[in-house]
Amino acid sequence: MSFASRGEALAGPAEIRGRSLWQDARRRLLANRAALASMILLAIVALLALLAPLLSPHPYDAVYWDRIQAPPDLANAHWFGTDGNGRDLFVRTLYGARVSLAVGILATAVSLVIGVTWGAIAGFVGGRTDDLMMRFVDVMYSLPFMFFVILLMVVFGRHIFLIFVAIGAVEWLTMARIVRGQTLSIKGKEFIEAARAAGVPTRKIITRHVIPNVMGPVVVYMTLTIPQVILIESFLSFLGLGVQEPLTSWGALIAEGADQMESAPWMLVFPATFLALTLFCFNFIGDGLRDALDPRDR
Amino acid sequence: MSAYIARRLLASIPTLLVIVTVAFFMMRIAPGGPFDQERALPPEIEKNVLAEYNLDAPLVVQYWDYLSGVLLGDFGPSFKYRDFTVGQLLATGFPASLKVGGLAILLAVGVGIGLGTIAALRQNRAVDHVVMATAMTGIAIPNFVMAPLLTLIFGVYLSWLPVAGWGGGAPRNLVLPVIALALPQIAYIARLTRGSMIETLHANFVRTARAKGLRERIVVLRHALKGALLPVVSYLGPATAQLVTGSVVIETIFGIPGIGRYFVQGALNRDYTLVMGAVITYAVLIILLNLVVDLVYGLLDPKVKHR
Repeated sequence: MSFASRGEALAGPAEIRGRSLWQDARRRLLANRAALASMILLAIVALLALLAPLLSPHPYDAVYWDRIQAPPDLANAHWFGTDGNGRDLFVRTLYGARVSLAVGILATAVSLVIGVTWGAIAGFVGGRTDDLMMRFVDVMYSLPFMFFVILLMVVFGRHIFLIFVAIGAVEWLTMARIVRGQTLSIKGKEFIEAARAAGVPTRKIITRHVIPNVMGPVVVYMTLTIPQVILIESFLSFLGLGVQEPLTSWGALIAEGADQMESAPWMLVFPATFLALTLFCFNFIGDGLRDALDPRDR
Repeated sequence: MSAYIARRLLASIPTLLVIVTVAFFMMRIAPGGPFDQERALPPEIEKNVLAEYNLDAPLVVQYWDYLSGVLLGDFGPSFKYRDFTVGQLLATGFPASLKVGGLAILLAVGVGIGLGTIAALRQNRAVDHVVMATAMTGIAIPNFVMAPLLTLIFGVYLSWLPVAGWGGGAPRNLVLPVIALALPQIAYIARLTRGSMIETLHANFVRTARAKGLRERIVVLRHALKGALLPVVSYLGPATAQLVTGSVVIETIFGIPGIGRYFVQGALNRDYTLVMGAVITYAVLIILLNLVVDLVYGLLDPKVKHR
């Protein structure tokens, strides 16, 4: 209320308004060439994935019996060749991009929601609650990850969205720890005290004051979680637990390709390149964001 | 110090108990049982089989029986590997996993910290970029691609090393799985080391060391590295536990008789006792290694005191 109006009065005319942390960060991020190139590249991959059906004459599940494991050829518009079932690899790679990117983003979103809520509450409320909540996180950490994911998938069935949820349900642990640590460090700050003194209820302090102020490290960790999740999905596909035919993901394609790497190297090379490129991009963006939000060491 | 260790070990007992309980009931919530087959068993036989394995008792009773067995060191019989107890399976498999995983983590620590330090000292120069790009590639290539690729190059084309097989753990057979397992870890450790090394090199105590006129080598190795290793050490705890309990992928591809595949196979086959055995092994390792991490912290950081 009065704080806001006083702030504006102090800032004076619009042209000398101060820059927020996020504006600064955005400027620094855009100045980082690797991060910028990565964002553009990632946008292109995402666009290719969205436009997949328009880019190739072949449907992703059409089987060409006469062209099984055919090398790339331009005459039939098989730019990436065909797979072991005679399906066009180019269009399958792009459909795989849809699944892999969706898995990465959705699972990360799930882990974000759980992890941020959990960590912020544990850190802010403190005491017994904190002890109990973080002990629970420790216990979950001590369970082997694969066991957990596999069980979640058997319990909830092998629906693709449940894969997202299952992975996200495992990935939130680190997020919760990060958020808790951050929350502890800002808990004693004056603006929190001010909110308390003004009679803001705890729930509202957490959602309005704590969470927005811990988002920096969270955003960085998020960009590093997405590639991790994509890798986990690929690992599940390798075990035969990933998405189901005829749908596919990069992981599933790579797992098939790894079997045939001698006789049909294109089956491995193209999806693997897309996967590696995407992971590179997310990592560069994550690094760039970290540097942008924490300019101390530059 | 020893009082601290004793207290930590004592405190880990309830944690372990919770882990066992959670794992036990999660396993049972999963639909299907260890003896479900395409063709259903005749009811009388099924009844006998379930009775034989104590699966017909109420769940709570089963839980209690299992828990008291585990306390006496009896992990029960495996449901899938009919003639073995879980204890036997783990005892024969774990040394193999430990050997491969242990070597891999040693390799990863040595190479990773070395590369990370070099990159940090040459920050934003060509060496740094090359090391970091390589590390990123190491992370970006899944090990189920890396492993067959290595076999193809060194086993098939160059025929320097055996393509697969255990050979009783002979060094020749170990090279490829250890490298395949270590590569992503090298990459993570190098990245972690670089990041914290850059931060440490800006710290006041490093400036003091330089101001005293110490040689750069001493400044880096004796002063900076110690502080820079803290995040690496905390990463290494869980990473080591994961590596020495084996990797399904590496064990499948190279035919290593370890315990990594039990986590996955056991969960898929509802081999309750086998999974529980594997989970307990992993949890115990995690708890012990986290304790080691905290102790090493005390060695590296004089501000940390264990009382």
